[in-house]
Amino acid sequence: MGIFSFFRSRQEPRSASLAKERLQVLIAHERSDRDGPDYLPMLKQDILDVIKKYVAIGEDQVVVQLDSQENCDVLELNITLPDGTEISPKDDPKQSAAKTAKKSRVT
Amino acid sequence: MTKTIVVTSGKGGVGKTTTSASIATGLASRGFKTVVIDFDVGLRNLDLIMGCERRVVYDLVNLVNQEASLHQTLIKDKRVENLYILPASQTRDKDALTIEGIARVMHKLKKSEFDYIICDSPAGIEKGAKMALYFADEAIITTNPEVSSVRDSDRILGILQSESRRAKMNDDPVKEHLLITRYNPGRVQEGQMLSVDDIVELLAIPLLGIIPESPTVLDSSNAGKPVILDQTSLAGQAYSDAIDRLLGESKPHRFMEIEKKGFLKRLFG
Ligand SMILES: Nc1ncnc2c1ncn2[C@@H]1O[C@H](COP(=O)(O)OP(=O)(O)OP(=O)(O)O)[C@@H](O)[C@H]1O
Ligand SMILES: [Mg+2]
Repeated sequence: MGIFSFFRSRQEPRSASLAKERLQVLIAHERSDRDGPDYLPMLKQDILDVIKKYVAIGEDQVVVQLDSQENCDVLELNITLPDGTEISPKDDPKQSAAKTAKKSRVT
Repeated sequence: MTKTIVVTSGKGGVGKTTTSASIATGLASRGFKTVVIDFDVGLRNLDLIMGCERRVVYDLVNLVNQEASLHQTLIKDKRVENLYILPASQTRDKDALTIEGIARVMHKLKKSEFDYIICDSPAGIEKGAKMALYFADEAIITTNPEVSSVRDSDRILGILQSESRRAKMNDDPVKEHLLITRYNPGRVQEGQMLSVDDIVELLAIPLLGIIPESPTVLDSSNAGKPVILDQTSLAGQAYSDAIDRLLGESKPHRFMEIEKKGFLKRLFG
């Protein structure tokens, strides 16, 4: 959807707002990385490696973010699975993940 | 009391040296005893921008290694009273500097009753840049309206907040100032370039000034004369405003709009 709205407004270039959106996301990530505990980047990498065993997924599809709230820290894990992975909450997650892995040639 | 200000950015070529030269010259013109230090070891450039390249005898590394005295190393500016330049070495490698060595130099400068020490940082987020910001009380984050520059500015802010002397000693944090340079209002209006508001929102630090993209900056470096000395230049005027704000004056920001006919400019300026 983002891509289409970008092309639609072609006559009136809005590349600056795209730049701003991208920076907002990126800077938020980088801040949470550096403000979080030292192990956070490694934890993120390990989580990524585990998911990669089952699904072909890119670096930026996994967002690990630590939110400090009043009296606790919340580790937020946001994984965007590529299209074609049909994991419904009722399915056994292990099974469906394995199905997808077959399809997407995991190395 | 001596104030140490680092001019830094992460990204290269955004205008740190141009800014260091003009900020130092501006502060000295207002009567403050000021020294500007080139931390770009191996890539000395500040001497050229300040127009004193032929008067360099000793450099920062000689001073750190105690091969020359402070008096021998400092170059006194010929145009502006109270202004001194401490050049970088052109030949040595980056490892020639150590925190202990620079601490000795800073101590000597403080004993010589300098009001301001301006540190021109090298590009990058490695050792050289960390060395330049270590002793800072304040930082001028030099940023271009462009994605990679904004991102690098945020990274250097992270380093200031965790690796500066003030951070390590649990002292009051380094005071941060945002200076947007090479600003082109026309391209902002066309939606091609990040606006001042965008950058301020993204980096969330107070705005010290907006330096417009201006051909006089190149003329000034060709002549070896900091652009702030050319008050017919918009960039020169913008640096003067930044000095006022640095000294605590609150002044409305200029140079955000496309320049109209000239008389409008004067009306609003
Ligand atoms: N406001 C401006 N308008 C036009 N050109 C500018 C402006 N500010 C800087 N420049 C030009 O940009 C180039 C880089 O400037 P400068 O050397 O000050 O950057 P720097 O951040 O010190 O670079 P480095 O990271 O290599 O040390 C120079 O050619 C300079 O003339
Ligand atoms: Mg420079």
